[in-house]
Amino acid sequence: MLELVDIKKSYRQPNGDPLPILSIPHFSVAEGEQVVLIGRSGGGKTTLLHLIAGITRPDSGQIFFEGRSIEKLSEAASDRFRATWMGYVFQTFNLLPAFTALENVLLGMTFSRKPVDRKRASQLLDRVGLADRMHHKPTAMSVGEQQRVAVARALANKPRLLLADEPTANIDTANQQNIIDLIRETAEEEQIALVLVTHAMEVADQFKRVVLLQDINDLKPQDHSEASGWVTPSAEKNAS
Amino acid sequence: MNLFSIAIRSIRQRGLASILTCFSMALGVTLMVAVIAIHGVVNESFKIGQYLGYNILVGPKGGKLQLTLNSVYYLDEPIENIPYEYYLEFKRQAEREGDYRHSLRQHAHDLHWELTRAAQQTMGLGVSSGTAGMVTRLATRVVEKDSEENLPGKRDGQFGQFTHLAIPLLLGDYYESFRVVGTTPDMFGAMKFGPSADRQYLFSAGRNFKVHSSENGFFEAVVGSVVARQTNLKVGDKINPRHGSVDGHTHNQPFTVVGILDSTGTPNDRAVFVNMEGFYLMADHAKPVEETASEEETEEGEEDPGHQESEQDPFDTVTPLPLEQREVTAILLRVDALFSVGMPNLVNEGPVAQAIYPIREINKFFGTFIGPVLGLLVVITLMICIVSGVGILVSIYNSMSDRRQEIAVLRALGAERSTVLWIILFESLILSISGGLIGWTLGHGLVALASPIVEAKTGVVVGFFDLAPALPPYLPVSPELLLIPLLAILAIAVGLIPAISAYRTDVSESLGK
Repeated sequence: MLELVDIKKSYRQPNGDPLPILSIPHFSVAEGEQVVLIGRSGGGKTTLLHLIAGITRPDSGQIFFEGRSIEKLSEAASDRFRATWMGYVFQTFNLLPAFTALENVLLGMTFSRKPVDRKRASQLLDRVGLADRMHHKPTAMSVGEQQRVAVARALANKPRLLLADEPTANIDTANQQNIIDLIRETAEEEQIALVLVTHAMEVADQFKRVVLLQDINDLKPQDHSEASGWVTPSAEKNAS
Repeated sequence: MNLFSIAIRSIRQRGLASILTCFSMALGVTLMVAVIAIHGVVNESFKIGQYLGYNILVGPKGGKLQLTLNSVYYLDEPIENIPYEYYLEFKRQAEREGDYRHSLRQHAHDLHWELTRAAQQTMGLGVSSGTAGMVTRLATRVVEKDSEENLPGKRDGQFGQFTHLAIPLLLGDYYESFRVVGTTPDMFGAMKFGPSADRQYLFSAGRNFKVHSSENGFFEAVVGSVVARQTNLKVGDKINPRHGSVDGHTHNQPFTVVGILDSTGTPNDRAVFVNMEGFYLMADHAKPVEETASEEETEEGEEDPGHQESEQDPFDTVTPLPLEQREVTAILLRVDALFSVGMPNLVNEGPVAQAIYPIREINKFFGTFIGPVLGLLVVITLMICIVSGVGILVSIYNSMSDRRQEIAVLRALGAERSTVLWIILFESLILSISGGLIGWTLGHGLVALASPIVEAKTGVVVGFFDLAPALPPYLPVSPELLLIPLLAILAIAVGLIPAISAYRTDVSESLGK
């Protein structure tokens, strides 16, 4: 359902020179498939998720979602597309502090073309074990509870694709597994394709398909800052 | 969840800053509402003089504004006086004849014929024709020989055919801080007021004063509603006017209050009105006449209402002051529209008096002096509201740095750039308009609290829900109806800068922070 073809992305450095981050010839995710994307910190994992979600645009290449090219959508159309068909779990939860848990989940539906469903929002919070906290604001919740609300929000609009950016990075060890289990089980139940980014191998080991970013990112060493420690497969082979 | 509720939540999240910003707008609007209300009150109180039932004012030559202020609003001092006979030029013959019965000239004419008849009777008694002739010549030397037709009371006044109603005003005395106005019962009997000149003067107590009554003779008075309220005068009370100023000597002759006027919202609420005949009979109110007939003695059985007998009080035996010793301060005229242009020209061409249109002078005064000052006040309050609006801009803009990530999250959740722009604009609109509504309420509350004082001072009644009047031709509706739309425009203008900042948020970069 998701296919990336010849995607290239670079950022502009302070001196104006481009800094290449990604060069991906091909990457795809099947319908309902759960994929873990693993890579080093600062390697472009979040950038890849942003490209898939339409939050940022590739410099070149194509992104297909259910056969439809989405990288050329206008910004407004891309925003609406993301709101309707994708869910995003942020690394730092990014719950809005002025809104209750229930309202944060409702925000996940507000900007989509689907009707706002308060009942679904309540059910999702119940599912993540926060039925009795739905009228509490994030400041009154623990870190683990906040992340569960973030998961519920990402699932609110019944997405076809769920993107999770290091969802356990800011969670204590005790809750990490709970979050991972929640995401996996919910995605499986609702037949949602999942792309989960992490740098933790113990998380990656729980998934059938694990993709190393360096395996799909065809970036040559001289095209990337040495400080990042990036090595392309070809450079590694040559070095050995 | 909709954009409005998202904006409300954001405002509540910044509770104290939002309250202060809103309050600052409320203060600005309170001030503006108060100034607009003052503008309306002043406008109304001045223009209310238009609704007094007359369209022309005649007075001594001199300043038109002074004449207007003095005669319509009972302010300032009279310019001068004009002869009473000039007032009678605005009357038809029937009314003039009644008045001229009190003139020295008429009395002399009557005396002449009395002497002539006496001479004839003397001749019949055997007195020599020479003696009778001498008596007749003596009478003729003393008085002018008038034929009936030449008597002034036997003709229409020069302007009588043009005039529906002519009412004299005699000014100069005071009761406490209020003007005492000598006039005729027609002031409240025949004169009507109001925008359509169809409202009758009514009395909350008592009745209109009479030219002469058996109980009080010539000395009856009615008081305006404000006077009654402030001085606690009631029907039956006696008042002694002061001559010339509030500190002048008190006239010995009291007037009896026989009526208290209903509130009219006109300057008449703030004056005391006394019978003209009684006004003339007070000391120092008679104009000296070089050649006058000797004082009339009371004659029994005479039907002239100026004569009254009393064995108890010497004031009951007075007769009306002769015309030649009378003057008037001003004349209120209701003239047919057809003659309202030509007749004043005739008056103005003469040497005695001037005729003005009080409406014109009121509008000129307002437009020249009052209007610009009030306009300046309105401009100042507008600037205060703009400053308050800038406060909203600063408050929202300063919050943007803290809200960058929040906006990025909304964008990541699918909100379009225009959506976050409108959320910020909604915040600005909510702060502005709610501040405006609070300010409107406070402003009207202040005006309502001050209403009794305003009514007492100006006669203008203002209620809590009363909007300031329209300002034609500049503004066909009340300026207060423009308050919310103008605040909305201000809100959008000041909200645009932070809204554009939100619009330009880099989602990818801000999410990472």
